[in-house]
Amino acid sequence: MTDALVPLLLTLKIAVTATAIVLFVGVACAYVLNRYSFWGGQIIDAIFTLPMVMPPTVLGYYLLVVFGRRGWLGAWLQENLGIQLIFTWQGAVLASASVAFPLVYRAARAALGGVDHHLENAARVLGAREAKVFFRVSLPLAWRGVFAGTMLAFARAMGEFGATLMIAGSIPGKTQTISIAIYEAVQAGQDNVANFLVLLTSLVCVCILAASGKLLQREF
Amino acid sequence: MKLDVQMRMSLKAEDRLFQFDVAFQSAKNLIVIFGPSGAGKSVTIQAIAGLIKPEQGRIVLDGRTLFDSNAGVNLAARERNVGYVFQDYALFPHLTVAQNLAFPLQRSLRDGDAGSALVQEFLAKFDLADLRASYPRQLSGGQRQRVALARALIRKPDILLLDEPLAALDPVLRGKTRGELLKLQQSFDVPMVVITHDPADVEAFAEDLIVFDNGKVARQISVDATRRASQIREVLALD
Repeated sequence: MTDALVPLLLTLKIAVTATAIVLFVGVACAYVLNRYSFWGGQIIDAIFTLPMVMPPTVLGYYLLVVFGRRGWLGAWLQENLGIQLIFTWQGAVLASASVAFPLVYRAARAALGGVDHHLENAARVLGAREAKVFFRVSLPLAWRGVFAGTMLAFARAMGEFGATLMIAGSIPGKTQTISIAIYEAVQAGQDNVANFLVLLTSLVCVCILAASGKLLQREF
Repeated sequence: MKLDVQMRMSLKAEDRLFQFDVAFQSAKNLIVIFGPSGAGKSVTIQAIAGLIKPEQGRIVLDGRTLFDSNAGVNLAARERNVGYVFQDYALFPHLTVAQNLAFPLQRSLRDGDAGSALVQEFLAKFDLADLRASYPRQLSGGQRQRVALARALIRKPDILLLDEPLAALDPVLRGKTRGELLKLQQSFDVPMVVITHDPADVEAFAEDLIVFDNGKVARQISVDATRRASQIREVLALD
């Protein structure tokens, strides 16, 4: 049954990569939008939230339009950097990151916004530069909310199906993630394979939830 | 010490528009800003500290221009060397007492050295040595205030701004703390601006009394030590 481990390991690789990316980008976007109010800020906030409510296949279609072989960015990437995203695991990362981003972004905005402004102001009066205010006061006090959002993002990235299928296809070993593998196993009537994959995935999810629950419980 | 403040600002809060038009000067070491809630006292010291930017005005401390709208000067809070004690003390809950004191000693991302001699000195001076490894949530109100004061004074600020420093303390502690604040002012030789709505604080502290009303300075009285009590009663009775 080691064959069945392949889609799981691939999915973990894609989900971890996607989550790492959206953690960084999501927190950065949350910081900027919380701190600076500018015209169009609400529109950008809506765009950032959109992948969360949009049907995954619609999102996948938009990603194809932009990153596909003849897409706006896809063609440029192909010609100038020789990078092709569709039908690759990096494309799957892109799809997973797109659906996971709003989860980190919104959690980070709420968590960072919930930090007592007096504390941040106290830090400023005590001589701290803005980077220090963020990394030494705001982020440490917001980490639980950000972490919870990141766990949700990881779960979402692990389960991504529709957008991944559209942009990365289902190439065993390269882009056939576990959700896709389960779907195809059921379609082909391979119940044993499907059962195994489903149980394995459930076990992984439970372990992740338990671990994150323990981390959240420890008081700082 | 010479503090020169002139500022104008409108603040929107829910549906109401608050207009602040404040001007005062003082060369005294103990300045009390007195007035009812909402009169603009906190806003004024927040502007002095650089946490709020007035629309128009000039704030000069000891010849140093902290803010000047005409000249386009607006020093960031971190550059002003102003000490600020918030009403709720604003102690960093995720840091120990010693780490709170060490925070201002390092401007970069590296942590200040909680074990440094200076921190030890201030822990002792403020009777906090036993609490060095405690977290703010484990401290009493009076202890928290001492940490807030120590943290504000450890960088030797040019002026110390205190927002209703005694409001959160019980009446017995208040009397004791008044005496301690006066002693602090003398031993650190740092000018203090105290915001309060408690007449007893005015009696204890004021060398210059600035009375705020509805966003404006209603009166400024230079308090003479010998006639202090009667002067103050006279002022406050007129309000």
